[in-house]
Amino acid sequence: MLCSAKLSWKNCDGDGWSVLMENIQQYFVEIFGTEWGSMLFSLATNMTFIFAIVIPLLLGVAYLTFAERKIIAYMQIRVGPNRVTFFGIPWLRGWGQPIADAVKAIMKEIVIPTGANKLLFLLAPVLTIMPALAAWAVIPFSPELVLADINAGLLYILAMTSMGIYGIIIAGWASNSKYAFLGAMRSAAQVVSYELAMGFALVCVLMMSQSLNLGDIVNGQQGGSFLNWYLIPLFPMFLVYLISGVAETNRAPFDVAEGESEIVAGFHVDYSGMAFTVFFLAEYSNMILVATLTSIMFLGGWLPPVDMAPFNLIPGIVWLLFKIAFILFFFLWFRATFPRYRYDQIMRLGWKIFIPITLVWIVLLGSIMQLPESIRNTFPLNVWF
Amino acid sequence: MSFQDILFYIFSAILVASALGVITVRNPVNSALLLVLAFVTCAGLWLLLEAEFLAIALVLVYVGAVMVLFLFVVMMLDINLDRLREGFWKWFPFGAAVALIMVAEMSMVLMGKYFGLEEMPAPKSQDTDYSNTRELGRLIYTEYVYAFELAAVLLLVAMVAAIALTLRHREDKKSPNPSKQVKVRKEDRLRIIAMSAEKKE
Repeated sequence: MLCSAKLSWKNCDGDGWSVLMENIQQYFVEIFGTEWGSMLFSLATNMTFIFAIVIPLLLGVAYLTFAERKIIAYMQIRVGPNRVTFFGIPWLRGWGQPIADAVKAIMKEIVIPTGANKLLFLLAPVLTIMPALAAWAVIPFSPELVLADINAGLLYILAMTSMGIYGIIIAGWASNSKYAFLGAMRSAAQVVSYELAMGFALVCVLMMSQSLNLGDIVNGQQGGSFLNWYLIPLFPMFLVYLISGVAETNRAPFDVAEGESEIVAGFHVDYSGMAFTVFFLAEYSNMILVATLTSIMFLGGWLPPVDMAPFNLIPGIVWLLFKIAFILFFFLWFRATFPRYRYDQIMRLGWKIFIPITLVWIVLLGSIMQLPESIRNTFPLNVWF
Repeated sequence: MSFQDILFYIFSAILVASALGVITVRNPVNSALLLVLAFVTCAGLWLLLEAEFLAIALVLVYVGAVMVLFLFVVMMLDINLDRLREGFWKWFPFGAAVALIMVAEMSMVLMGKYFGLEEMPAPKSQDTDYSNTRELGRLIYTEYVYAFELAAVLLLVAMVAAIALTLRHREDKKSPNPSKQVKVRKEDRLRIIAMSAEKKE
């Protein structure tokens, strides 16, 4: 797998680019020797790619917060942020808000509570954002544009998202506060429960695609139109995945970890300034990640809805971004419309509804896959195979 | 020394240090977190061996699920370390003897004829389209299907036992029944009575 991790330059086709890259590699080899030169060259290219992913992602996070405030405001018949602008341009009013918020957060003091475990208190936000960003390594943005095209991409994503919980638990414990601790406990139980349903829903996807590679999963949904997307044959799994994704990111209506009416602000009640902002960044980049995964696994990733002239002329990455935005809108919509779940209802939904549904669906899908072709073809409306 | 060797030594150093930390650190939460670090670095070592499925499964299962629950419990315990350490020197000879036996057994297995470099050469690297997830799946469901199913049944029995031991039906709990709430009709709750209008004298 490590050796299969490759950077693709095919998207930048044209000989000029590849010649340039080769020249740079030659330059590295001349300075550092054959082995170290190529090692450092791939390190440098990887770092460039990582920045090319992370910087737009963080900008996306900033403007997702703006979109959230605006959309929820309009749903509640308010206006939302409409003051901060760039260079006094009137029609950009409000668009400077995320930048102003970021500057404010950077300037603020990080208060460390008395009795807190200082090291763990500062480590917790880092542990939260690390997996949220690391998971992006295997996301394919278009057929050729992927940082690490590994065979076990789906497993890697599951492993990374399952590590995000540590930051929350450690933050709750290290703050030396009862509210923070309660939030951390709630969050841990909730995330562990919904991870199972999420994993089982993904098992259905990989049964359909017969591959763990995210690029292959998208290619498996090719076939001319949106009728071939896994959304249609796996519709219940799509719902389970989306709702578990909302629960996994601790978003409303599953935000008992924050529960501002009961436990102030949950696990990050004692955090301020940039330490709090890092939690915030992690939450929103996790939201974007879940939306991206949903679009890759159920909505055909970079594929256009209909493989016809006006649609397939638009580049794949635009379709992917459009689908991500569509799913993200659901996240904001949920937050504006649903009241918070009670804790026992969350547990009931996770353990007694989602897990049985997904288990039954896995068995059903497996039995359909094992049926002989002749019997399968007699099914009316066979959307599975 | 190649890049991979350097990675190996870095990972090994962190692994040994964190594993020692697990048993020497005073605070149980710190020791659980060091165990997490040990698992993650161990996964890194397995990646160097190109066992990517095992490495990711280690992170997914042990770091992502088992240790989270472990931490969950450890944080809620009020452990008095002084009381835990009371009998340390009394039991030290016994523990040391057990440790010595274990070290001896492990070195007999690992350093002997079974795991020498001649018997177990370093794994040769596979092509990029070799998926060891697929290979593992194939072996589990063909050659080792009996052992695999036995393990699965064991886990199931353990799970059923754990639920059976802890499940209790409480008579005094007050929780609303959603289906009853939904089915309720106006006639069940509301009584409209005719009253003659009263006038203020």
